[in-house]
Amino acid sequence: MTTSWTIRGVRAALTAKKVSARELATEFYGRIEARNPELNAYLTLSPERAYAQAGRMDGLLAAGKPLPVLAGVPLAVKDVISTRGVRTTCGSKILENYVPPYDATAVERLEAAGAVVLGKTNCDEFAMGSSNENSAYGPVKNPVAPDRVPGGSSGGSAAAVAAGLAVVSLGTDTGGSIRQPGSFCGIPAMMPSYGRVSRYGLIAFASSLDRIGPFGTKVRDLAEVFGVIAGRDRRDSTSAGAAVPDYVAAIQAPVKGLRLGIPKEYFGEGMDPEVRKKIEAGIELFRELGCEVLEIRMPHTDYAIATYYIIATAEASSNLARYDGVRYGLRQDGDTLLAMYRRTRGAGFGAEVKRRIILGTYVLSAGYYDAYYLKGQKVRSLIARDFRDAFTKVDAILTPTSPFPAFRLGEKADDPLQMYLADIYTVTGSLAGVPGISVPCGKTAEGLPIGLQIFGPAFGEGRVLQLAHAFEEAGGASV
Amino acid sequence: MKISREDVLRVAELGYLDLSEKELETYRQQLDSILEYVGKLNELDTAAVEPMAQVLGTDPPDGAVREDQVVRSDVARAVLAQAPDPEAPYFRVPKVIDR
Repeated sequence: MTTSWTIRGVRAALTAKKVSARELATEFYGRIEARNPELNAYLTLSPERAYAQAGRMDGLLAAGKPLPVLAGVPLAVKDVISTRGVRTTCGSKILENYVPPYDATAVERLEAAGAVVLGKTNCDEFAMGSSNENSAYGPVKNPVAPDRVPGGSSGGSAAAVAAGLAVVSLGTDTGGSIRQPGSFCGIPAMMPSYGRVSRYGLIAFASSLDRIGPFGTKVRDLAEVFGVIAGRDRRDSTSAGAAVPDYVAAIQAPVKGLRLGIPKEYFGEGMDPEVRKKIEAGIELFRELGCEVLEIRMPHTDYAIATYYIIATAEASSNLARYDGVRYGLRQDGDTLLAMYRRTRGAGFGAEVKRRIILGTYVLSAGYYDAYYLKGQKVRSLIARDFRDAFTKVDAILTPTSPFPAFRLGEKADDPLQMYLADIYTVTGSLAGVPGISVPCGKTAEGLPIGLQIFGPAFGEGRVLQLAHAFEEAGGASV
Repeated sequence: MKISREDVLRVAELGYLDLSEKELETYRQQLDSILEYVGKLNELDTAAVEPMAQVLGTDPPDGAVREDQVVRSDVARAVLAQAPDPEAPYFRVPKVIDR
């Protein structure tokens, strides 16, 4: 039996009756049993739900009925995305025993398309982190180099796919949390445009930034999953009505003649020399594919981290007010209602979450709102304008995904500001609302994967996927 | 920027967070250095720039406004089942008002 599955491979094997959906689920649970104790990628498994779904797919097959597009495809779901009847912790002690009474729209759509939810993946607590070390359930190990972090916050979803413990997975990206772990684990990973995928059932971190997106081992698989989850959902009023094109068809289009912008500001100090070398080789590969490469300016790039950590923490401090020990999750008793709130939150939240609540509350508090929050919102306008201006000149923007490859567990854990700076190339697109993909672009001498990031204009995922696919086909992973 | 212990206490109060003395001091130092870094935004003149709260362009975003219709959801029981101290159909909490 093949060890590396793709969606297309699953479909072919099921249709040819080489394997049943139940056998495939059993194979993946076997892999999880073997590798997960070391990697800690999954927090909760959902075999009952998985086998019931696999059984339905086998039933369709036996009856000679047409299979839905993702029939039998083993899927992992980040633990900030709600799954009815399956524990959803957000990597936090405060939701240790929380079992959602409903499914996120993205999960509902994937299951309706035949996917098999194997379980829920580890992540930084409430998706706050860049290394997965902020999970209350222990860090995930990078399958490529187990002494290193898988990236974060969707580290479990990235590691599960990279280690072959799922064919595809869902992550969430607020400041880089899909793209950066994709780059650290050596797999393609996409953040869609803001509003492209319903956030219904995604447990909120920063509502103006949060997005759900896919991981896979091939760009084509991202296109397949994304095509299923994209589109308007009346239960999320910020989900956009823009038409959903056929992304699998879109990736086949030739890239010759496309104009690619290289923003000078992303190639300054602080980038690992090996990353620089490979990204430059990646850009050269696009040139060989017939793309036109242009240097562009995005003058507000250097202000993105400061802006992001104002806006994201402000929104988080508001969103996380709901964890009060009353309606769900942990409660620590207190003599008064106020004492109960304080003790519950003090005991239930981890260090990074508390830090962000403190920072976010501070920037929103009387006397500081204008100096920080309003200022941040204004600079966000400037950063979004940089992108709008750039896309009048180019079809897509190329940058590194991360300034460095996967770092060692513990290496940056003591300095929050250094950890925040890990997101320097990804938060810009988050603030602007545009789609971005990270695609493997060579490795360091030590064998650590490097990711190339491709930004497209809002709702231009087809263009981003098309370029990533052409890059992958041309051997980008080994430049 | 100099953040004091009182500043952190005030914010912890607003955010309903019990913090230990050690946490107070750690967060004081970290808030101080993060805000110092954030201060770089003051290099930019934003007097003529509109603030951006969301990226969808229109406000409210297209489709955000819909007819106000009653839709049955029938989830009360399932929701209460997740509560730490339910007493159907209520959530029970410590006493708020003294007689």
